[in-house]
Amino acid sequence: MAAGLTDETAQTAPSHAPQPCVRLSGVTKSFSGVQVLRDVSIDFMPGEIHGLIGENGAGKSTVGKIVGGYYSRSSGDLIVFGDQVAQWDPPLALARGVAMMHQELQLVPALSVAENVFLGIEHSRAGLLRGDEERRLADIAAFAGFDLDPAATAGSLSIADQQKVEIMRALAREARVIVMDEPTSSLTHDEAERLHGVMRKLRDRGCTVIYVSHFLDHVLDVCDTVTVMRDGAVIRTAPTAAETKASLIASMIGRPAADVAYPPLPPEPDRSGTPLLSVRGLATATGVRGADIDLWPGEIVGLVGLVGSGRTEIARAIFGADPSTAGTVSIAGEAYHLRSPRSSIEHGIAMVPEDRRRQGLVLTQTVRPNMTLPHLSAFARFGLVRTGGERAEARRLIDYFGVQPGHVDGAVATYSGGNQQKVVMGKWILGDPRLVILDEPSRGVDVGARRRIHEFIGETARRGAAILLISSEIEEVMGLAHRAYAVSGGRVTGAFVPAQTTVDEVIWRLFHEQGAGRTGATA
Amino acid sequence: MTASTRGKGQGFGGEAALRLLQTYAVAAMILVLMVLLSLSSDSFLTVQNLINILNQNTPLAIMAAAMTLVIICGGFDLSVGAIFAVASVTAAWLALNVHPYAGLMAAPLVGMLLGFVNGMTITTLNIHSFLATLATGLVYRGIAILITGGTLLPVRLDDFTWLGRGRIGAVYYAVIVLVVFAVALTILLNRSTIGRKILAVGGNEEAAILSGIRTRRIKIVAFSINGFAAGLAAAIATSRISLGQATAGTGMELEAIAAVIIGGTSIYGGQGAVWRSVAGVFMLALINNGFNILNADPFYKDLTTGLIIVAAVGISAAGRRR
Repeated sequence: MAAGLTDETAQTAPSHAPQPCVRLSGVTKSFSGVQVLRDVSIDFMPGEIHGLIGENGAGKSTVGKIVGGYYSRSSGDLIVFGDQVAQWDPPLALARGVAMMHQELQLVPALSVAENVFLGIEHSRAGLLRGDEERRLADIAAFAGFDLDPAATAGSLSIADQQKVEIMRALAREARVIVMDEPTSSLTHDEAERLHGVMRKLRDRGCTVIYVSHFLDHVLDVCDTVTVMRDGAVIRTAPTAAETKASLIASMIGRPAADVAYPPLPPEPDRSGTPLLSVRGLATATGVRGADIDLWPGEIVGLVGLVGSGRTEIARAIFGADPSTAGTVSIAGEAYHLRSPRSSIEHGIAMVPEDRRRQGLVLTQTVRPNMTLPHLSAFARFGLVRTGGERAEARRLIDYFGVQPGHVDGAVATYSGGNQQKVVMGKWILGDPRLVILDEPSRGVDVGARRRIHEFIGETARRGAAILLISSEIEEVMGLAHRAYAVSGGRVTGAFVPAQTTVDEVIWRLFHEQGAGRTGATA
Repeated sequence: MTASTRGKGQGFGGEAALRLLQTYAVAAMILVLMVLLSLSSDSFLTVQNLINILNQNTPLAIMAAAMTLVIICGGFDLSVGAIFAVASVTAAWLALNVHPYAGLMAAPLVGMLLGFVNGMTITTLNIHSFLATLATGLVYRGIAILITGGTLLPVRLDDFTWLGRGRIGAVYYAVIVLVVFAVALTILLNRSTIGRKILAVGGNEEAAILSGIRTRRIKIVAFSINGFAAGLAAAIATSRISLGQATAGTGMELEAIAAVIIGGTSIYGGQGAVWRSVAGVFMLALINNGFNILNADPFYKDLTTGLIIVAAVGISAAGRRR
């Protein structure tokens, strides 16, 4: 009822209703036992641009997705236009005027702008489309102030224009709350400016924009209100006018020391000899724009950066999973040019990819064939796999990592995340690699598995292997690495020694640097 | 197969039962059909009838056995019927113009070559095997017609027809070839490095690439083996009917795919077994045979077969929902 009432008023008289259009009250959220949101209460008012900021994993995206209906909440209340909602999913949210714009845009590339905007809500007569989309689109475009060719196919548009299509799609469904999850992450500076213009226009017309971003300059530039999150909790909600970049960063950092104890750091490596890995000026089509990295035997080096900064892309380029467009990679002083996963394995490089289910495991197979896959020929004679040796090796690795259940032919698809990760680790340590690249090795695993993985990292370095550790948890890099590189906008922007700095300083630095390397940020 | 012991765990009972059903459904259905047919007709459970069913279906069973590898690898091959035709007319032509043995030996090799071309087409153009083999199948069929010039090539030479017609005691040579081929493919799939890689590529291509597997090469191997099997099947069939013809093998690609799916090999790739596809062929053959000996209305034959395939695909897809 309330939604019906506000239908007119919200668009014409934003100042009329002091009541929030979306209110979160005491919301918590857990993913497989890990609490990612704790007691979150935020009021989103009509006609405001409300920024949600925080470090990687602070919970800002989770809040956006709960409002948009993509995640359910574990407990707490969600009140939309005055009504407490129990059931909430994307279609219901849209029906109530709440739309979400994802990082990955969800347009049909072959359809026109108009067809995309009205997809699923076309006017029809006796089952035939009336084909009046372009006329209806003109009204919405005028409202939003866009001029896009309605007949252009969505696939031919720039990302910025595709975002406009997404916004119009939300407007066509009479959305009055639009959640935007990191909308500027793939935009140029000018495009981001224009998007901000659109956001202001939407606000002036009474819409609420929830702007999830880690670009502080953008948030300061465009938002009326900002909510700072840390560790899944709201630190404060305040008018943006009262904030500065420094005040925002200060609230984002300063989290209490993690209760996780890290194993002791392996001894400092000898850095007088030839580095095991030496990367110079690496660039790729996937967004790496210049990476210089050195790594000595026995050394653990971290790559820290915000989500989307290009850490994974650097790792994939070194391993040969993506082609490089420029730069050199040397292994133990010898240039390594024609990189491919196959060749890297032969060079003694291992890479534990970030997504164990999509990239790490063949879920249709059991533990044993998964572990031996990269080194199958070592277990074969005349092209036939000798299962005795294979079983023994799988057994050894299962025991080494403590994989549960410990059956060599257990159905890995049914294992917990931590045990799946241990299987992937076992797979990559099997050939005794001299360089191990770990991309988010402890993401989404339980505390026990996490501790085992941390121990493993130290043990492997003590054995003389070099480790390149990528983690979104800056604490993890700080607790485990000898040295670390900061990555921003596809570039390695500097090196630091974790023992000589603090997590807060590193976060400070990352948020300050984001403007330097990335065209999307204001200087 | 390996997961059957997991059934005792809580919540895994349904999953284990489903896995068991996917694995042994085809064997159970064959048993049921055999019992039903034995009860309803005296002429079914005779040695002669069973030998005939087995022998008649060896070419298709050989093709289905190899098609299993292609489907496990995540592909389809719609060109095997046409490869069968090219191999058939090549064998007949060589038997007439060179030597009968040259013809018999050339058929599998020609098949393998065409399968290799399929593999190269798919991996270099990076197009789905469904489309690629739809096109190459038409090309191959055209080649078969060009070779014969539209005529039939009868080959009435004992040196040529022994393979399809000869037998040791009650067992046809062709059946022995089938058994040897199916066992060899089973070993290849379950024991060899190539088989392991085929399973990995079909199960998760991205993980396979990151594990250093040259996935293109594996696909080319799978399609080459599939072509080889079509050629081998053609040698047996052409030898049996002593006739090479460009229209031979029409529709066999779909029968082979149907048999693989009835056998419970996952249409999504990554899982499957050779013996089950061979069993799928005999399941289809039994339905066919049942309609014949029961004098049932053949109008219902396709309908029955179709429903069974739907059921098989349903079972195959059931485990994928999460």
